[in-house]
Amino acid sequence: MDRRETIKTMLLGALGTGMLINGCTPGSSDRRKLQDVYDFSSYGRTPEEKARDQRIFSDNFFTDHEFETVAVLCDLILPATATAGAASEAFVPEFIDFAVKEWPNQQEDFRKGIEWLDTYSKSKNGKDFIFASAENQKIILDEIAYPDKATEVTQAGVDFFTKMRNFTLTGYYTTEMGFNDLGYVGNRPNVWDGVPQEVLDDLNMSYEEEWLTKCVDQSKRNDTAEWDEDGNLLT
Amino acid sequence: MEIIKKRKEYDAVIVGSGAGGGMAAKILSESGLHVAVLEAGPYFDPALNENRSQLRPSWESPRRGASTPLRNFGDWDAAYGGWELDGEPYTKAEGTDFGWFRSRMLGGRTNHWGRISLRFGPLDFKRKDFDGLGDNWPIGYDDVKPYYDRVDKMIGVFGSKEGIFNEPDGFFLPPPKPRLHEMFYIKGARKAGIPVIPSRLSILTKRLNNDRGVCFYCSQCNRACQIYADFSSGTCLIFPAQKSTGRIDLFVNAMVREVLTNGEGKATGVSYINKEDGTEQEIKGKVVVMGASACSTARILLNSKSSQHPNGLGNSSGVMGHYLHDSTGTSRAAIVPELLNRKTYNEDGVGGMHVYTPWWLNEAKLDFPRGYHLEIWGGLGQPGYGFGFNTTDLNKHFDGVVGGYGDKLRDDVRRFFGSVMGISMRGESVPQFDNYCEIDPNVVDKWGIPVLKFNYKWTNYERLQARHSQETFEQIFDAMGAIPLGNKAGADSDYGLAAPGVIIHEVGTTRMGDDPRTSVTNSYQQLHDADNVFVVDGGVFVSQADKNPTWTIMALSIRTSEYIVDQLKKQNL
Repeated sequence: MDRRETIKTMLLGALGTGMLINGCTPGSSDRRKLQDVYDFSSYGRTPEEKARDQRIFSDNFFTDHEFETVAVLCDLILPATATAGAASEAFVPEFIDFAVKEWPNQQEDFRKGIEWLDTYSKSKNGKDFIFASAENQKIILDEIAYPDKATEVTQAGVDFFTKMRNFTLTGYYTTEMGFNDLGYVGNRPNVWDGVPQEVLDDLNMSYEEEWLTKCVDQSKRNDTAEWDEDGNLLT
Repeated sequence: MEIIKKRKEYDAVIVGSGAGGGMAAKILSESGLHVAVLEAGPYFDPALNENRSQLRPSWESPRRGASTPLRNFGDWDAAYGGWELDGEPYTKAEGTDFGWFRSRMLGGRTNHWGRISLRFGPLDFKRKDFDGLGDNWPIGYDDVKPYYDRVDKMIGVFGSKEGIFNEPDGFFLPPPKPRLHEMFYIKGARKAGIPVIPSRLSILTKRLNNDRGVCFYCSQCNRACQIYADFSSGTCLIFPAQKSTGRIDLFVNAMVREVLTNGEGKATGVSYINKEDGTEQEIKGKVVVMGASACSTARILLNSKSSQHPNGLGNSSGVMGHYLHDSTGTSRAAIVPELLNRKTYNEDGVGGMHVYTPWWLNEAKLDFPRGYHLEIWGGLGQPGYGFGFNTTDLNKHFDGVVGGYGDKLRDDVRRFFGSVMGISMRGESVPQFDNYCEIDPNVVDKWGIPVLKFNYKWTNYERLQARHSQETFEQIFDAMGAIPLGNKAGADSDYGLAAPGVIIHEVGTTRMGDDPRTSVTNSYQQLHDADNVFVVDGGVFVSQADKNPTWTIMALSIRTSEYIVDQLKKQNL
């Protein structure tokens, strides 16, 4: 199996068969992009914004090797759990691929960071990071994942990994999978009627009676407001 | 949609479609006048799906809602544009600072604003009487109260009757119940002896009329509401008045160059650039109403030079552009240990805080003259771009491990979700003659129109106020049992004071007054120098209280608009 096939297999293993739909053909311009995963054709943009998006979508930055490294790191940062998918299942690598085109000032940090990681991995294992064994990858990870343990040798790696972690978390928790893992249940029409009683009970808290009397009676929210001349609400 | 038929002469030509211009359009058209409204940006209606960002989840934006040069407050924010507009520069005098947020679109910045709708109180119109600084307004609270009352009933604002002298009550819709972090704030503020009351926002918690829906609590008022349950000028003023009167012609993508005047120095209309085809156009009116925003109005008037008005229209006093002032702002975040590992539920609520602290030290002896209010933020908000950045750093406060990956990382993210809250201060600055905008003689925009140059420095009044607020934040956090995050802003950073303009409450450039030598308009917002030109935006403010300016802009715009109708009837214009 050649190098590319190895990667492909590895990614397929992580991603499941969904990856097959768009393929993972060599050549950075053919790689699956964020806009292949999500429909960005209509999200309330002005003509200028649409043109700007198109420009970024058609751009390329990561080489295939860099993209693959980002993908491997994403899934080391957020592997699947019993209830939630891994980062790559939430298309975090594609998000980061987009992000470095959206924010070109990030590009050098990612490129240099990946270079550092490969150089470091080669010095320890004789291989680029993604080809190191899972065990050896973890040894390196433990050296760069904890800022308080950084040394002169690993500082650059720690800085890069912190950035990778930040972008992975943002890329993951801003997806449906991330919302579910987090328990975020907003962004939908509802009627707010205060903190749930069980939450208050757990914290031994309660609303002040005087405050509550000022608040909206949601059963009357559709009654048209009327006031007396002193501003007292009558409805 | 926009109507581009042009009458030979309008009764009134209104420049700008934000709070002031929109209200003038409504009042004047309802009084029988035919009006033209010119807006420099495109048409915008949040009810149109092609304009909608409300209720979109983060992943519908490739950058997960982050800002771009075309939309500085993020992909989901309703305001197009921001601090820099392509081809429309502004400059700053060396050693001074100013951020100018421009939103070119129908309704302007009312599409995204915080909806904090506070009346100025009796003290706010007459601060000079108490501290000897700046100037009093030529009018007082009693002059404006009837108009505030009408704005309350027309637009809708929730709040509570509190009987606080300088925070006048109005005709309120009922406020929503506090969120969890706000309950902690209430507890902490009470313990620290600082008052806290329900917030006052122009969001419909109850039905107001049949044109608009009732809030469905998505917390996204900054995205503009597709059912019109919050206030914006397009949805609540211009659209309904267009429909009911048929007397509003809307010209969008119309960039006004100058106000045209005749040999007697009276206005005859405006000239503008049709941005769609680049052509120069003119539009005639008996009256010109400027509502382009404090700085844009000053720019247009200063650029309207003629032999009768050699310093710009309305600038015989030389004070136009001067007394430019913005609200002050600082903030601090804290983590609330009791909110760690919290149960999640839909805590979106309305767009903005449910509780706030009005200024409480009018009677106290302090080392700075003017007050501030406190705004509260936090909760289980929708994760967007930036979510998770440096989250593990919060472990520092709990003997935990910073960094990591895998299950530990997921646990950290869940543990800290919704545990951070913050307080922002918004305060009153003291207007200064030496803080001003002027025409830059060397720079023009892409249509060849001379641009503004800003000269603005904070004084120690604002710095000391910011210092006081930083102490207040810690006092409240301490009483709440919350742990302040980051370092306390000190003298080296002006105590966290935002740069002038950044709070986007800039006002004062065409201030009102009884003396034509020291003011631009009279108390009816009529230019001293040209009686058929009026200003209905924040430019007329003599002083900006610690309160957000929009409610006052609208109250005054009603007052001015009715004065215009009256004066036209009497054939005085």
